[in-house]
Amino acid sequence: MTTVAVKPATMGQALGRALRDAMADDPSVHVLGEDVGTLGGVFRVTDGLAEEFGDDRCTDTPLAEAGILGAAVGMAMYGLRPVVEMQFDAFAYPAFEQLISHVSRMRNRTRGGMPMPITIRVPYGGGIGGVEHHSDSSEAYYMATPGLHVVTPATVADAYGLLRASIASDDPVVFLEPKRLYWSKADWNPDAPSAVEPIGKAVVRRAGRSATLLTYGPSVPVCLEAAEAARAEGWDLEVVDLRSLVPFDDETVTASVRRTGRAVVVHESGGFGGPGGEIAARVSERCFHHLEAPVLRVAGLDIPYPPPMLERHHLPGVDRILDAVARLQWEAES
Amino acid sequence: MTVMEQRGAYRPAPPPAWQLRTDPAPLLPDVEPYRVLGTEAARKADQELLLRLHGELVRGRRYNTQATALTKQGRLAVYPSSTGQEACEIAAALALRAQDWLFPSYRDTLAAVARGLDPVAALTLLRGDWHTGYDPREHRIAPLSTPLATQLPHAVGLAHAARLKGDDVVALAMVGDGGTSEGDFHEALNFAAVWQAPVVFFVQNNGFAISVPLAKQTAAPSLAHKAVGYGMPGRLVDGNDAVAVHEVLSEAVRRAREGGGPTLVEAVTYRMEAHTNADDATRYRQDAEVEAWRDHDPVLLVERELTARGLLDEDRRSAVREDAEAMAADLRERMNRDPALDPMDLFAHVYAEQTSQLREQAAQLRAELEAENESDGGAGQTDGAAR
Repeated sequence: MTTVAVKPATMGQALGRALRDAMADDPSVHVLGEDVGTLGGVFRVTDGLAEEFGDDRCTDTPLAEAGILGAAVGMAMYGLRPVVEMQFDAFAYPAFEQLISHVSRMRNRTRGGMPMPITIRVPYGGGIGGVEHHSDSSEAYYMATPGLHVVTPATVADAYGLLRASIASDDPVVFLEPKRLYWSKADWNPDAPSAVEPIGKAVVRRAGRSATLLTYGPSVPVCLEAAEAARAEGWDLEVVDLRSLVPFDDETVTASVRRTGRAVVVHESGGFGGPGGEIAARVSERCFHHLEAPVLRVAGLDIPYPPPMLERHHLPGVDRILDAVARLQWEAES
Repeated sequence: MTVMEQRGAYRPAPPPAWQLRTDPAPLLPDVEPYRVLGTEAARKADQELLLRLHGELVRGRRYNTQATALTKQGRLAVYPSSTGQEACEIAAALALRAQDWLFPSYRDTLAAVARGLDPVAALTLLRGDWHTGYDPREHRIAPLSTPLATQLPHAVGLAHAARLKGDDVVALAMVGDGGTSEGDFHEALNFAAVWQAPVVFFVQNNGFAISVPLAKQTAAPSLAHKAVGYGMPGRLVDGNDAVAVHEVLSEAVRRAREGGGPTLVEAVTYRMEAHTNADDATRYRQDAEVEAWRDHDPVLLVERELTARGLLDEDRRSAVREDAEAMAADLRERMNRDPALDPMDLFAHVYAEQTSQLREQAAQLRAELEAENESDGGAGQTDGAAR
């Protein structure tokens, strides 16, 4: 018996492998989008799919996002399971009407007669030095639309497991891929890939006792780094990776915050009207008597996404997170 | 071409000589709408088809007047009438085979009914007890689309999927003149032509997008001419001539079925009623204009031909009328009953499996309903009586 060496793999490779395995397992899975065929996608996530499965299964479409998603709706009506790639976060906006008026509502509109098993992959977030329109965090828009699931991985293993689960889901999933983590590496064996993760379950990435950092996607590694740095200050921080914004795992989040008594929500998306407001409200409603301090938010600034040479001032970093932790009313402890 | 061939084919080469990718001449529509009724060609029209169209048109007209009457009685929240456009609605339904799909807009409930859908199910959206009153897959009728032109890419995707599976299915998608200005119209036609999807795009140019006339909507020679830009044929037809519309749509369906790809059909017609019962058409058009169209009524055009052939005696007229009245009476009777409503349905179909957040909200609503029931002395089980 030979053992396959566990080698470092990138998140991009794990995503590609998830697509490949889903297509191999289920002939109704079709990938479509801009440049996904011959080129393999601008981030190379779909590399090799057109060669292996043919142009009809992995299709380069005309450059029109509403048309891509609208066609995917029709394909799903006929029983296919389309996986759509939006090239960048900000280029997904032309597809909003299809997403909000049809994809999210079709199951409800037809009393379950016509579900929409569509996965919409959206590379999102900043930190890659992208020029304007290449770094948005649009998750609040998607979260505010009933009928959609909103899922985002932070690790290589989750990238595989959550994408497989999203494609297998009978509901539409907006699958947000943190683009600055595309090249992040972890030991991961593509021939014995990680388990398919159920959608809607948060996970404790780092156990701690002092306070909980609630975060997701690109901010998870930043929070883990902040938690390490916080040890020097005497804080033992817990880090919860939400993984799914819709459905929201109140159970895991509530259990963690009740344990630690303090919470900071961290994300790149703007704070005003952002996901952190909803998360903080949910925590306050459920954990009020366990809280030692108000739930704080460390978010992107409430500005249009900055030019790349200034983006570091916008993105939540370790220092800003530690500043927030310092404001969690520790005086009461002493 | 496969990906490997494409990659393998890359060689430095001089730029090729310029040439058009498609000959535009065969794609161009005629400058006059195609007509059969009232022309020499009418003599050759199939008698059975004429009689069928006549019966359906009279029923369709009666359906429209009945649905409009139901708005006045508060039984429909709103009704966008297709009065004057019945030839288009009927021909669209008759041009399709059982396995084909119809993609109607909100004004096209008559097409769905002519296809065999129960009128009560077709009117569910407009009554307001649910958004769609039928199973789209059972009837191969997509939900009525309220957002303009957004159903067109769905038709393309469905037809494309059917073709990939090797199924003999054509999708016919309906849209109005206003809808042709939407981006989704453009994207759908482009995708359909690139993919050679078996789709028929059927534009009913009824002169108005609510109040805005076509002159403010487009500067194109005709809406059918837009087809040329996508590399598909455009056909222009008299939308009040049921025989002509039926022939043009049937030909487009046949072409799609045989692998010829999509066709854009523009039917020139006229919206005889206001946009909906909530609209006031006198604010934007003259009665004289409406009156001028009465002599070109779709029912009248077929009746003239039947009369000329001696096929429309009093027995025939009354049989057709009675059939239409029976349909209207049945519709009226069933629409006058309060629909059964279960507020808990609001949570039933949002997701395959309810989220914990929805379960909490469902529990709250259930408690509210129980409290209401107790204060009613257990009277109102549903909201139905509230109407």
